[in-house]
Amino acid sequence: MSVELAEHPINQPASPAPLVRVEDLLMHFPVYKGILRRQIGAVKAVDGLTFDIRKGETLGLVGESGCGKSTTGRALLRLYRATGGRILFEGKDIAALDGEPLRRMRPRMQMIFQDPQASLNPRMTVGSIIAEPLIEHGVYKGEARKAKVRELLDAVGLNPDYVNRYPHEFSGGQRQRIGIARALALDPDFIVCDEPIAALDVSIQAQVVNLLKDLQKKLGLTYLFISHDLSMVKHIADRVAVMYLGKMVELADVATLFAVPKHPYTKALLSAVPVPDPQVEATRKRIILKGDIPDPANPPVGCKFCTRCPEAIERCFVEEPVWREVDPGRHVACHRV
Amino acid sequence: MEVSDLKTVFQTHDGVIHAVNGISFSLDEGELLAVVGESGSGKSVAMMSLMQLLPMPPARIASGRVMFQNQDLVKLSSSGIRHVRGARIGFVFQDPMTSLNPVFTVGYQIMEPLREHMGLNRKQARQRAIELLEIVGIPAASKRIDDYPHQFSGGMRQRVVIAIALACDPKVLIADEPTTALDVTVQAQILELVRDLRQKLGMAIIWITHDLGVAAGIADRVIVMYGGLVVEHAPVQELFANPQHPYTRALLDSLPGRHTADERLRSIGGQPPLLLAEPSSCPFAPRCTHAFDRCRQQNPRLMNVEGRHEVACWWDPETRGPRDVG
Repeated sequence: MSVELAEHPINQPASPAPLVRVEDLLMHFPVYKGILRRQIGAVKAVDGLTFDIRKGETLGLVGESGCGKSTTGRALLRLYRATGGRILFEGKDIAALDGEPLRRMRPRMQMIFQDPQASLNPRMTVGSIIAEPLIEHGVYKGEARKAKVRELLDAVGLNPDYVNRYPHEFSGGQRQRIGIARALALDPDFIVCDEPIAALDVSIQAQVVNLLKDLQKKLGLTYLFISHDLSMVKHIADRVAVMYLGKMVELADVATLFAVPKHPYTKALLSAVPVPDPQVEATRKRIILKGDIPDPANPPVGCKFCTRCPEAIERCFVEEPVWREVDPGRHVACHRV
Repeated sequence: MEVSDLKTVFQTHDGVIHAVNGISFSLDEGELLAVVGESGSGKSVAMMSLMQLLPMPPARIASGRVMFQNQDLVKLSSSGIRHVRGARIGFVFQDPMTSLNPVFTVGYQIMEPLREHMGLNRKQARQRAIELLEIVGIPAASKRIDDYPHQFSGGMRQRVVIAIALACDPKVLIADEPTTALDVTVQAQILELVRDLRQKLGMAIIWITHDLGVAAGIADRVIVMYGGLVVEHAPVQELFANPQHPYTRALLDSLPGRHTADERLRSIGGQPPLLLAEPSSCPFAPRCTHAFDRCRQQNPRLMNVEGRHEVACWWDPETRGPRDVG
């Protein structure tokens, strides 16, 4: 058995064929109350998403805390059982899969977590952390497994001689590399990166982002890059989707979205990002939103953003806008567009 | 406020940690001074030392003076400093949930410093507390004053903390990463509020942040810290237009906004120093791409470049060689 990291021949520009297609995904969490624990409602964390993730691309998923972006990522990997909708992975609906067929799909999709401190077992050595998925799925045995672990460490820029060390002996950035090595162990096609750099210092963030980009080029990976840091998403993503309160409000390729945002929420979000240039900061026009994100258990009627939207009209308070393609490849859900 | 040669150390089981290694700076009336640096650079510890807010022991202020209104704050007794803390110097911390007491109403918590330091009675204090909540932009302040912290959202809680800090009309406000725990649109609200409050109230602010974008948007002057030292200090325009220290330059280079998408981000290799001893050489030298022999032998002091721009570095980015310092 070869112990080399499989070099995928995909280095051409992202082909339009979707690797993952999501159709009307729903993820509702029930709310129980009273001594009988009766269900009194549901938090609609993800409430009807339809989008594609193309092979070899990085789709950025941005939004504020509580908008459902992490839930979306986890639902795609079937870490949750979706309440409704379809998740087509290379045309195969994995939303309905269970048991052994689902387990066989798992190696193809992996996850990198936000907090490398919490996602690595402190009592396992780095070697056994990275070998765990290999053992679990019964690939690479004996010496081949050891060689594979060393090779993975090398691929993420860690010294292969560190296999017998424990996570606490590493810095934050190095721990995130261990998490990346574990995600790569089973040669996946699709990786959900859930805020992979949020817990790291600025100078270390750059290292990890560069590593993710290099690995994508080398291995032909497809990323769903979940982040609240818009400037980093602008740097790494090919296309960007913006979420608000369980809904997608806008999806476009990165240059278009940042140059001419169409949805009022996207506009406000972009204008709120501080720019590290005092001259720009002194002269730019800011859109300051009023209020806070509404309670997802009790969302507003009509457009979810209507309570804070500076451009809302009467229609927004009664009728929910439809998610539609306004230009080729560009989706917006807003009555005013 | 004038801080000179402040040193703070922590006594731990593994030895002495030199968190702050002799920093000096001044704060002018009404200005906003941003302190930037990565985690472990000593920025929070330094500012908390000013007010003796660190648990002592293990912390100890080894040397230094903090002159504020003709008083040396370091020499004050614990009861003496209490009259300064909250009254003449206000504080805002990163996480509004942990800095508010969950079992008291926000009104009670705003009234506490008013009654303690300003000698107001219950009725006057309540009146002033409602005013303060209105100043920081909390709608229906007279109703919400009897609510508990958990009834407020994150952004609103931070507004309450700011209201408490402003209660006694402080001359100086120290804000430690006050927007880091907030979402960007809420952060934008708080930054706008602070800009507005500065105009109205005219206090001086020390704003600790790791986000250079926030510093660019709000500061008059910026201090860059690394390894418990001030490595660069300049007016905000000057710092971003003409960064001198290799660390500042690397930090700016590692930000994605300053590149086009095709370029790789430039990262800083290596790790921050462990601070187990006082620095005898430049603390950044092991990670610096421009370091030469002198950097590894002698720790540079802050040197004036031009105007109010100071840098602690032996390397000169203009000549790309050693700095001419005699």
